[in-house]
Amino acid sequence: MIAALLLVRSTSADVLPDNRADVFWSKYSGGGMDITGYSATARAKITENFAVEANYFVDKVSGASVDVLSQASVIKDERKQKSGTLEYLHDKTTYTASYTSSVERDYISETASFSLSQDMFGDLTTVTLGFANTHNTVGINSGTANKPDVSWVGHALTRAYSGGVSQIITKNFIAGVNLQVITDAGYLANPYREIRYLDPTKTIGYTLANQVYPDTHTSTAVQVQGKYYLPYRAAITALYRYYNDTWGVIGNTYELDYTHPIRNRWIFEGRVRYYKQNAASFYSDLFPFVDSQNFTARDQNLAALNNTTVGAKVTYAFLPDGWKVFKRGTVTFDASRIRFNYQDFRNIKNFGVAQGFGPGSEPLYNFNANVFQVFVSVYF
Amino acid sequence: MRCRQIVMLGAAVGTMLLASACSVQPWVKPYERDRLADPIMAWDRDAISSAYLDHIRESREGSRGATGGAGGGCGCN
Repeated sequence: MIAALLLVRSTSADVLPDNRADVFWSKYSGGGMDITGYSATARAKITENFAVEANYFVDKVSGASVDVLSQASVIKDERKQKSGTLEYLHDKTTYTASYTSSVERDYISETASFSLSQDMFGDLTTVTLGFANTHNTVGINSGTANKPDVSWVGHALTRAYSGGVSQIITKNFIAGVNLQVITDAGYLANPYREIRYLDPTKTIGYTLANQVYPDTHTSTAVQVQGKYYLPYRAAITALYRYYNDTWGVIGNTYELDYTHPIRNRWIFEGRVRYYKQNAASFYSDLFPFVDSQNFTARDQNLAALNNTTVGAKVTYAFLPDGWKVFKRGTVTFDASRIRFNYQDFRNIKNFGVAQGFGPGSEPLYNFNANVFQVFVSVYF
Repeated sequence: MRCRQIVMLGAAVGTMLLASACSVQPWVKPYERDRLADPIMAWDRDAISSAYLDHIRESREGSRGATGGAGGGCGCN
């Protein structure tokens, strides 16, 4: 379940960023899913103090993750997301208001957000505060890809409160901290995923049943990050995020990035990210009997897991010095490989009694995902 | 009691910071910020790309938030 989160931009508030237009393509494949995304974004300053931005994003999904595929047929869906943003600069304060609407056949999400960013202390410090309100409508498609039969199962309301500080420490070093508290209320389960409990009367040894989630959820995340300009023209970034929530999930994220430009034509970037979490308090891969506890989940997102990402990004400036109205033009390629390992989520799609694995003894699940992005950006 | 002391300490520090805001002299002068202004020092050069990666992660991890990213939709499948 994704809450739409507001953007906390920790840039200088004295000048609004340049006009920019992007065309974006992305591809995700892994864990039984293929997602292709297309996006177009345009951002323009109407005056020196006022800017508008519009974004349109389409995701085409085919397949389903393993915990869905174990119970349902192959899914095809499309997500269309539109967003509009207004930015107003007054003295050293930037006010940002945005609205995002995301529609899938079985899921509708609308978010309104507001944030303000203030430069202070001789422009060495930027403080950002934000609030976002999201309304989600959750459905389930019981039909097929070509003949959908969607029934709406509930609503969820999400509120996100965020604050951030970006601080210039030295002429080579900048640091930042972001805090975000998010609360949800309503239907919070994933309707496609089910639990399983031991059932000796069944040949496979277990029976599937609906998940039962709490109606509320509150999470707190703190991220600290630092960026250092090396003795030669390159930068290194380190970040750490701590996460916990009222469902008992504690997550730790570590990331290291290295950015290396070559003249004014190329920017190379490499990154390594490691993430680890424990399971939610009401998660189990296999419950001992039906209704064994009040809340039950077997959503792979709530299992104990870790993942490691290795990524590279190359930006090439095809208009490094501009042309006519364009100040600059770039094309960027980004590729990531993510390895997911689950500590208590078993692969019941491919393994079971027929292969000699009794309930709870199936191999633990793991998979690799590849993520590719290509985008062209022009600044004017 | 301890909570009250923390709140009072926070208020005192906040008041001092605000009171001194006018008098703080930037220890990194504007003409010394050329490296910080280099695009490679931007926190997020490509917000759409970052938001997309955040969306992928939040659809597959239990954690969320504080990344500065954005995303909507379910990621249910």
